[in-house]
Parts: sequence; C-alpha cells; structure tokens
Amino acid sequence: MEPLYLVARAGLYLASLVTLAAAVMVVTLRNIFHCALALALVLLGVAVTYVSLKAEFLAVIQILLYVGAILTLMIYAIMLTHRIGSQVVPQTNRQSLISFALLGLFNVFFTAAVLKTDWKLNPSGGNLNVDARALGNFFMGEYVFPFEIISVVLIVALVGAVILGRSDE
Amino acid sequence: MEFAENIFVSLKQGILKVLANFLPDWMVVLAAILISITAIAIFGPVTMMYLTWLERKVVGRIQNRFGPNRVGIFGLLQPIADGIKMLTKEDIVPESADRVTHFLAPVIVVMPALLVFSVLPFGRGMTAVNLNVGLLFFLAVSTLSTFAIFMGSWGSRNKFSVLGGMRAVAQMVSYEVPMVLSVVPVILAAGTLSTVEIVEAQAGGKWFLFTPWGFFACLIFFLCGVAEVNRTPFDIAEGESEIIAGFHTEYSGMKFALFYMAEFMGAFAVSGLTVTLFLGGWQGPWLPSWLWFLLKTYLFVLVMIWFRGTFPRLRVDQLMGFAWKVLLPFALLNVFVAALWTLLPAPKNHLVALAAEIAAVFLIWFFSRKDAPQKRTYTYAT
Repeated sequence: MEPLYLVARAGLYLASLVTLAAAVMVVTLRNIFHCALALALVLLGVAVTYVSLKAEFLAVIQILLYVGAILTLMIYAIMLTHRIGSQVVPQTNRQSLISFALLGLFNVFFTAAVLKTDWKLNPSGGNLNVDARALGNFFMGEYVFPFEIISVVLIVALVGAVILGRSDE
Repeated sequence: MEFAENIFVSLKQGILKVLANFLPDWMVVLAAILISITAIAIFGPVTMMYLTWLERKVVGRIQNRFGPNRVGIFGLLQPIADGIKMLTKEDIVPESADRVTHFLAPVIVVMPALLVFSVLPFGRGMTAVNLNVGLLFFLAVSTLSTFAIFMGSWGSRNKFSVLGGMRAVAQMVSYEVPMVLSVVPVILAAGTLSTVEIVEAQAGGKWFLFTPWGFFACLIFFLCGVAEVNRTPFDIAEGESEIIAGFHTEYSGMKFALFYMAEFMGAFAVSGLTVTLFLGGWQGPWLPSWLWFLLKTYLFVLVMIWFRGTFPRLRVDQLMGFAWKVLLPFALLNVFVAALWTLLPAPKNHLVALAAEIAAVFLIWFFSRKDAPQKRTYTYAT
C-alpha cells in the first residue's frame, strides 16, 4: 500500500500548489471577475485540505457556504456593478514595496512560531472523530450557549436586511 | 434473480480478480477507483443522450406528433446523429469574448454534474463513494454549476448572456435555501447524512414519502430541484422569448452540447436524489435493486418532461416570490412537524403531523394570499 500513500501525498501537494497559485492570482490579476473566480479555486483547494484531514463535513460545508453562497453573492455584486466587472485595474500601487517588506517580516515570525510549536498528533490517542454527529452533539451540549448567541445574531442580521431591503411604501 | 441483482457488482469484482493476478495490490485499489469513475463517466453522457431522445418523444406525443422517427427504429439513433452533428459544427467565439472564461465555462459545467453521481446509490452496494456526508456533498457540489453559468454569461460579453446569467444565479441562490431545508426532516428521521444509510432507513416499504412531512418535503425538494437545473417552468435563465438563450447564447457546437449535457445529467441526478431521499431508493420487491432505482428515477424524469410539455414559464418576480414566500416558510414549518413526528409515539404521530401539515398549508395560504398573483381577465374589444 506504500505507493498508494505516495500517490495520495502527491495529489495533496498538487492541490496545495494549485491553491497557493490561485491565492496569488486573487491578488495579482487585473480583472476583478477573474480574481473572484480564482478565489473560488482557493476555497475549493482549502476544502481539499479538509478532506485530507478527514474532516469531510467541514469540507462540504466550506463548499456549500463559502463557494456556493458567499462567493456567488460576491460575483453577483460584481456583475451588477458593470463598471468594475469589465475593467482592468492594476492591483499594485507605490506602497506595494513597503507592504511586501512588512509582510515578509510577518512571515518570518509566523514561520518561526509554526516551527516552534509542539504539534501534538491526535492527543487523545484514539481515533479523533470529527464527523457531523459529534459536531451536532457539541453544538447541542457543551457549546449550546455560543451556538444560540450566533443564531440570535444571524436572525437580527436577517431581520435587519429585510427591513433595509424593503421598498418604501 | 440473484445473478441479475449482483450483475454490476460481480462484474467489477471479476475484473479486479483478473487484474489481481498480475498487478500489485496498490494498483488494484487504483483500478477499483478507476472502474467506478469510468462507469459513471459512461453512464452520465449516455443517460443524457437518451434523455434528449425521451424528452423529444414524450413532448412530441404531448403535442400530438411523433417526435424523432427517421434515424433508426423509433428514432433511437437520433442522439448519435445529433452528437456527430454537434462535434463537427463550427465553434464560434465572439470577438470581444473573454477567451479563457468563455472556453472554461462549458468544461466546468459538466464536472459538478458528473461528480454528484458518485454519491447516488444506484443499487445494493452500487454507490461509487459511500461518503458519510453524501447528501451534503450532493447539495454542495451541485451549487458549483452556478460558477460555470457565471463564467459563460460574463465571458460571452453579450447583454442577453449577462441577463440570463444573473437570472440563473438569483434563482439558484433562492431555491438553494428551501432545497436544503426540505431535506432536514429526512436527516432528522434517518439520523444520518449518508445516502446509503438513508436508503437503508427506509427498508420494508417505510418510504418517507408515506409520512405527512415526507410527502410535502418531497414536493418542495423536487420543485426546488427542477428550479436548480433550470428546467421548465423555472427556465427564466434561458427564456427564449425574452433573452434569446440566456447564458449560452454565444455557444455553438460541442460547447453548447456540454451545457445541454450538464442540464440533462442534473435533471437525472435530482430525480435520483428525490428517489433516494423519499421513495426508498433502490428498495423494492421482485426486481433487481438497480432496476427499481432506474424505474423510480425515470418516473420523476417523466414528470419533469410532463412539466415541460404543460406549464408556461413563470415570470421572474413570481418565481422569486414562490421560493421566498411559499417554499421557504413551508420548508421551515415542515422541519418543525418532522421533529414533532419523531418525538411522538407511533400511531399518534401520523395524525398529529397530518393536522400540523394542514395547519401549515392553511397558514401559508392565509399569509401569502395578498402577494399571490392576481388572475387577470381580458375582454375582447367590441
């Protein structure tokens, strides 16, 4: 089974590479519509990473919510404002060099932090099960209070959006 | 009987057994995956080809004509002739089109349509991937076709395409909500997200269709499914009388055929999922399981064709109003009723659920009657 493992690993690295390339495209392409499509690719790549970590539920929710709903709304907004939809806008300005340097510095610290952290693999020792049922039990048990608060916030946002979007009659 | 039941499973096992003689273990595993992929990649397009034939035949009969009958007996070779015609047709790309997006759109539109087949249980032990979130996978992946429609409509640089694309997306986002909510009762009753286990939960004729909530959930899900694949009466995205052909106005030849293929495969997949969720999937007496699945699925496909032959197209505001003002509250109430049904003991729960459903129908009628489209009567000028 060793070669199969290698094939899977190669596939994962390829997916990561595509994700990173698409992430670069999001911030460099000059057409905002193309950027949005590249962002879709990034989000799908992240979903692939979730699958490789055995979190299928999270991966599917990622596609359903981020790609299927949020990004669709973003593209819809881009298409509605037709002035930016078909225009070529450079994504760099005079401050890009400075920000690049700052980002590089941040990256150094970030990498150092990642390398220094002692990542414990599977601390429980057993099979860490993060399927939908376990998540549901957590939401309805241990984390019921934050879950309810988020629900209330969403309801408030929903009602607010309906009131804002209502026609004046 | 036993042979017919297991014909596809034993075929796969047989091929793998032969391969195991001269291939290492890991390549046999890869081959097992490849066989499933190949089966789906052949099944999808072939189904699509004959769905076009079926639709033309049935719509022809509805309109009191024969439909295709020149190529082969009963016109059975018509799809192949159409395929050859599509492949040899000139591929026209508009001069101002965004070439990459315009080219990629028909390629991407087929991918989600084929991917969703991987979680459909075609028969006993005939699911390509038994994912433990199979149902959500289906719903999530089918939303990806929105992007292909976006790319096609925007890349064409044609105002009719853009209008069609915007309509398609507004419609898909709206119908997504009641669609996902209408399957929540099924998840509640079956206690799982896996399509295989949902079918097994309906064993012994206990189809979810026969419960009060299941009947209405099935109705909501199927209607939303028809809207998701842009079929009549929800085909405002390609309303020929208003915006030429919507998002695929600027496509010709095989690229156009790919959009068409995605639509028909989507129609088949949505019918298949309706059967899986509410009609007990491949469960059924006497006949082999895969035949039951196909029979039930084609029943729904025929209903879709029947819709096409009878219903006029909805207006945009009616379509959106139907999703947000009727289907969404109904789906929410349905979740509540299903929760009540699972809580109460066996004989009583059906009556309570039925009463609650009737109350829900009445409530929705009462509150939406103001917004319901008025019937217009026209009088002839004298």
